[in-house]
Amino acid sequence: MKNIIKLFFLIFLSSIFLTKAYSAGEKTDLLTIDWSFKGFFGKFDRGSLQRGYQVYTEVCASCHSMKYLSYRNLAEEGGPEFTQEQAKAIASNFEVEDGPNSDGEMFTRPAKLSDKFVLPYANVEEAKVSNGGAYPPDMSVLVKARSGGADYIYSVLLGYEDPPEGMILDDGVYYNKYMYGNKIKMPKQLYDDLVTYNDGTLATPEQMAKDVVTFMAWSAEPHLEARHKIGFRALIYLFIITILVYFSMKKIWSRVESEV
Amino acid sequence: MSDHNYVPSSKLGKWFNDRLPLLTLADHLKEYPTPKNLNYWWTFGGILTFCLMTQIITGIVLGMHYIAHVDLAFDSVEHIMRDVNYGWLIRYVHANGASMFFLAVYIHIFRSLYYGSYKSPREVIWIIGMIIYLLMMMTAFMGYVLPWGQMSFWGATVITNLFSAVPFFGEGITNWLWGGYSVDNPTLTRFFSLHYLLPFMILGLVVLHIWALHVPGNNNPIGIDLKKPSKDTVPFHPYIVIKDLFALLLFLIVFAFFVFYSPNILGHSDNYIEANPLVTPAHIVPEWYLLPFYAILRSIPDKLLGVIAMFASIFILVILPWLDTSKIRSAIFRPIYKQLYWILVLDVLILGYMGAMPAEGTYLLIARVATFYYFIHFLVILPLLGKREKTLTVPLSITEPVLGGSPNPQMVKKRELG
Repeated sequence: MKNIIKLFFLIFLSSIFLTKAYSAGEKTDLLTIDWSFKGFFGKFDRGSLQRGYQVYTEVCASCHSMKYLSYRNLAEEGGPEFTQEQAKAIASNFEVEDGPNSDGEMFTRPAKLSDKFVLPYANVEEAKVSNGGAYPPDMSVLVKARSGGADYIYSVLLGYEDPPEGMILDDGVYYNKYMYGNKIKMPKQLYDDLVTYNDGTLATPEQMAKDVVTFMAWSAEPHLEARHKIGFRALIYLFIITILVYFSMKKIWSRVESEV
Repeated sequence: MSDHNYVPSSKLGKWFNDRLPLLTLADHLKEYPTPKNLNYWWTFGGILTFCLMTQIITGIVLGMHYIAHVDLAFDSVEHIMRDVNYGWLIRYVHANGASMFFLAVYIHIFRSLYYGSYKSPREVIWIIGMIIYLLMMMTAFMGYVLPWGQMSFWGATVITNLFSAVPFFGEGITNWLWGGYSVDNPTLTRFFSLHYLLPFMILGLVVLHIWALHVPGNNNPIGIDLKKPSKDTVPFHPYIVIKDLFALLLFLIVFAFFVFYSPNILGHSDNYIEANPLVTPAHIVPEWYLLPFYAILRSIPDKLLGVIAMFASIFILVILPWLDTSKIRSAIFRPIYKQLYWILVLDVLILGYMGAMPAEGTYLLIARVATFYYFIHFLVILPLLGKREKTLTVPLSITEPVLGGSPNPQMVKKRELG
C-alpha cells in the first residue's frame, strides 16, 4: 500500500511540475476576482451572463464578432438561459442575409434562433480599416486564447492608465497596464452607467467588466457546467470502484505469499 | 510460454482450436507465468495499452466531425466543442489522453532503465518499444497540428524546417514534406492522413512488443532469470489482471482530473487562436513531452549539428542494450548506477524545463551542460561503469533467501568454477 501511495503522489507531483514548467512565463500580477465558474462545482452566474450579453451587444459588438455563437445558445442549459421567447426576440432584432429565393434573389430577414451571431464587419480588411489598422479579435474563444484567461481580459478592460512619463504613444494607441507590450489600439470602453441594467445592478466599470468576461468565459466553454457536473460524478465513481478493486486485489493476492 | 498443452473442453471449441488456435492463445495469456514480485512500476504496460485504445477510439469519433482544410479545421474543432453531443468530452479526452500517454510511456521507459529490462535477452522488446516511442512522437506532433491554431502552424513550421538542415537535399525534402513551398493545406491533409494511419502501426508494433515479451517473460525488480512456472511466478490471470486494473483506476483518477477540471492546462493558449502565417507567436514551444529534445536541438549553435544531436539522443536509446555493459540488470544491486540513474532523471527534467524557456543566457548554458551530460551518461559512463562497478550479490530466487545468484546462468557457473 505504501508503494501505491508513493506512486500515486509521484504521478500527481510530476503532472503538477510539468504544468508549472509549461505555464511559467511572463506574468504581471493580474487583477482577479472570485469567478463563480472556477473550482470543482463552478457554475456561471445567470444574472451576470445575461448582463454580460447586454454589455457585449451594446458595447463590444460594434467591433468584435462572436462568430461561434448562435442565438439559440442564449437559451440553452448552462448558458445565460434566456427563455426561448426572449432569445427569439433578441434574434429578431438582427437582420441577416438569406437566399436565394425562388426568383434567384438574395434577401434580408430578421434573424432566427438557428442563425449565428451577426458579424460587425463583412471581412477582416473592413474590420481593420475601421479600427485604425488593428483587427478586433473574435471574442468567442478569446478567454481560452490568452494566458491568464478570464483574469487577463478583466485586467485589460480595467487596466487603462496614463502612460508613464517619457513614453510617447502614436495616435490611436493607448496605454494599458496589463496588455502585452502595454500598448493597445482599443480605447478605454467602460465608463460608469454606460449601459442600464434591467435588474437594477449598478453599472460600474468593474461590474460591467465582470459581467462581460463571465459571458466570454461561457462562450469559450459553453459546456463548462456539464463538464464540472459529469466530472464530479466520474471521480466519485472512480474512487468507489478503485476501493472495491483494491479489496478484491487484496483478497486474490492473499493466496500467495507476496506483498501487493 | 506455459508448457502444458491446452485442450478446449467443448467439441466445438476443439474443432475451432485445431483450425485456428485462438483458444490456446487465450489460455496462454491467462496462464502466462509472471514474477510475483512485480511492483507498481510494472503496471504501466497495461495502462499504455489502455491509453492507445482510448486515443484510437476517441480519435475515430473526432475524425467523423473534423475537417482537414485550412479554412475549416479550426471551425470544425469549435463545432466539435459546441455542437457535437459530448464532443467537448471526446476532444478533451483525446487531447489530454496524449499527455497521459506520454506520462505513462516515460514512466515505462524509466522503469526499464532502472531495472535493466532492456538487457539480454530482451533487446528486441526494447527496440520495438523505441520504434513505438518514435512513432508516438510523430503521431502526437501531427495531431497537434490538426486544430490549425497558431502553435499548430508554427510548431509544424519549425519542426519541418529542421529537415532543411540536411545538406544538398534539405530544401527538396522540406518542400516534399509540405507538399508546396510552405506549411499549407497539402501539409494539413497529409498530416491528418498520417495521424490516422500511424496509431494502427503502433498497435501492430504493440502486438509484436507483447509477443516479444512473452518469449523470455517479464523482467522483475531483482532482475534475475526465473524458472517458469515456479514458486516465483503467478499466473497472469487473476493476479496481474486485478493489479493492473487497480493501477489503471488510480491512473484514471489523475486523467479524469485533467479532463474535467483543467483540460487546457497542458496545452498552449495560443492554439485557440486560428493559424495565421503572417503573425509569429512570441515563443514557439512544442508540447511538454517533446521539450527535452527541443532543448537538445536548441543547445547546439549549428542547425545541422543540432538536428543530428536531437535524433542521436533518441538513437542512443535504441542501442542502449549494447552500451550498458553490466550483466547485472537491476539497479538494486548496482550502487553507483542507482545514483547515476537518478542524476539522469534529473538531467532529463532539467532539459524539459529548459526546452520551455527562451534559449538565451543562463538557460542556454544550463541546457548545454544538461545536453552534454545526457550524451556522456550513455556514451561514456554506462560502457565503463559496467566493467568497473562492484555490484552487490544477487539472490537466486525471489522466494528463497539464497544469495549468490546472477541474471546469467553462465556467470553462476563461472563463479563456481573460479
